[in-house]
Amino acid sequence: MPQVTTLHHAIRDLVHDGDTVAIEGFTHLICFAAAHEIIRQRKRDLTLCRLTPDMIYDQMIAAGVCKKLVFSYAGNPGVGSLQAFRRAVEKGEPRPLELDEYSHFGLVARYIAGAARLPFYPLNSYTGSDLPKVNPNLRQIQSPFGDDKIHVVPPLNPDVAILHAQRADENGNTQIWGLAGVQKEAAFASKRVIVVVEELVAASVIRADPNRTLIPGLIVDAVVVEPWGAHPSYVQGAYDRDNAFYVEWDTISRETATLNAWLDEWVYGLADRAAYVQKMRDRLEQLRPGDAFAAPINYGEYK
Amino acid sequence: MASAYSQNELMIAAAARELQGARVAFVGVGLPNIVCNLAQRSHSPALELVYEAGVFGAHPARLPLSIGDPTIVTGSASTMGMSDLFQFYLQRGLIDVGFLGAAQIDRFGNINTTVIGNYANPRVRLPGSGGAAEIAVLCRRILVITRLSKRAFPPRVDFITSPGHLDGGDARAKLNVPGGGPEAVITDLCILRFADDTREMLVTSLHPNVTREQVQANIGWDVRFADEVATTPVPTARELELIRLELDPQGLYSR
Repeated sequence: MPQVTTLHHAIRDLVHDGDTVAIEGFTHLICFAAAHEIIRQRKRDLTLCRLTPDMIYDQMIAAGVCKKLVFSYAGNPGVGSLQAFRRAVEKGEPRPLELDEYSHFGLVARYIAGAARLPFYPLNSYTGSDLPKVNPNLRQIQSPFGDDKIHVVPPLNPDVAILHAQRADENGNTQIWGLAGVQKEAAFASKRVIVVVEELVAASVIRADPNRTLIPGLIVDAVVVEPWGAHPSYVQGAYDRDNAFYVEWDTISRETATLNAWLDEWVYGLADRAAYVQKMRDRLEQLRPGDAFAAPINYGEYK
Repeated sequence: MASAYSQNELMIAAAARELQGARVAFVGVGLPNIVCNLAQRSHSPALELVYEAGVFGAHPARLPLSIGDPTIVTGSASTMGMSDLFQFYLQRGLIDVGFLGAAQIDRFGNINTTVIGNYANPRVRLPGSGGAAEIAVLCRRILVITRLSKRAFPPRVDFITSPGHLDGGDARAKLNVPGGGPEAVITDLCILRFADDTREMLVTSLHPNVTREQVQANIGWDVRFADEVATTPVPTARELELIRLELDPQGLYSR
């Protein structure tokens, strides 16, 4: 049975120095609340996995928690570069950063292999690309069933995955709608799973719509309720992406001094996510979308 | 509406016209995003937009700033995990056209979005592949949109992130790369296509009032011109209206 707990306790108990950590979510459902708590608790030497390091890992890299990055696209989506990531790679500031680099499909395939406990996973990509020249994890093998050659990648099994979602019950059964990214694969691939949700709901709500359950409580260690926990990314149906902040981050992160001042004000200077939400309140209220309901479907009652 | 247009608006409209007749387009980050949305809102309403974030058949109600915006989900035909998207849509061979941007592209259409300089010690670290490597490998056709400059068009890219025609000629076919590779590169000064035999880029269309010298001055090798070089049609009033009022009112991409 997972524990329903606070982010402070979940991070303290389940994320350790030196761990391999995946805070996933493709543009959608990126758990900034967890990243900030990790920074506040001054975890060190983490290997961070994400398809898109995004602003969330840019902040963690700047805060010095990250030793190595496993990734496939390190840009500020729709805006440009990630400045802290670039300083770490180009100048070794605040510390050198080891890179383990893939394309999206390659890293997705690593999570699938990890989730299914397979020794490798094949994908039709990379032929002609220089990526295999710089990453020995991208290998080509002969198909056992013909003359074809195919690229394969090894499994990825993080120590802990932290996944944001719309809702879960107290048993950890977790439902997601909208872009699902690799939330399911990352959960099944990882040794420990923390689920952070906008809303804790009754088990009956989950069981009334079981097709939407992507992560079963069976593999969940902790459930944390943290409304607005994905801001400035978004949660489908709950709040919009704060695009303006992604643009502002480009300016904030240009200089180490302004970035550190931001971390002081918005991470170190706040006790928890509730304090962030309180301080950000007016801005958050403007991010609520209009409604677009799906038509109800009938699962049927079979007695 | 004023009839004058910017070079970027001309580039975007010309790029969108390359999608006429396509059924399924894989939408890359940045400029390709506005191009594909313009095509869907103008001449190609039936165009199915595929986003690597996990959406097939998107009908974005606003121009998504990022390619994982919630507007690509609401009203789409199918929203799924990325595992399904890459395996069953892209790898399965369902995509007609992949539309990519490029930090660097060379004379054979190889694209670099990884590093300027050496990989281990880069001068400039770029974002990396995203889905571009497999898009370039697997889509039947590849279209590229990027602004023309010597820095962006070196004779040889520093790093092949997304394979084009490799060393030219039949190099791509010899390696059994499934997709057809780059077909056209749309820039702010001209349109380039690839010679049938050598697969080297050649200028096939100049934008109005652009000279051959101007194009050559912004390309890192002695570029070839097609026997007949066309003049790129200017954007229509309707295309300009869609770009300015609906897709890019702030002019992030188009001014």
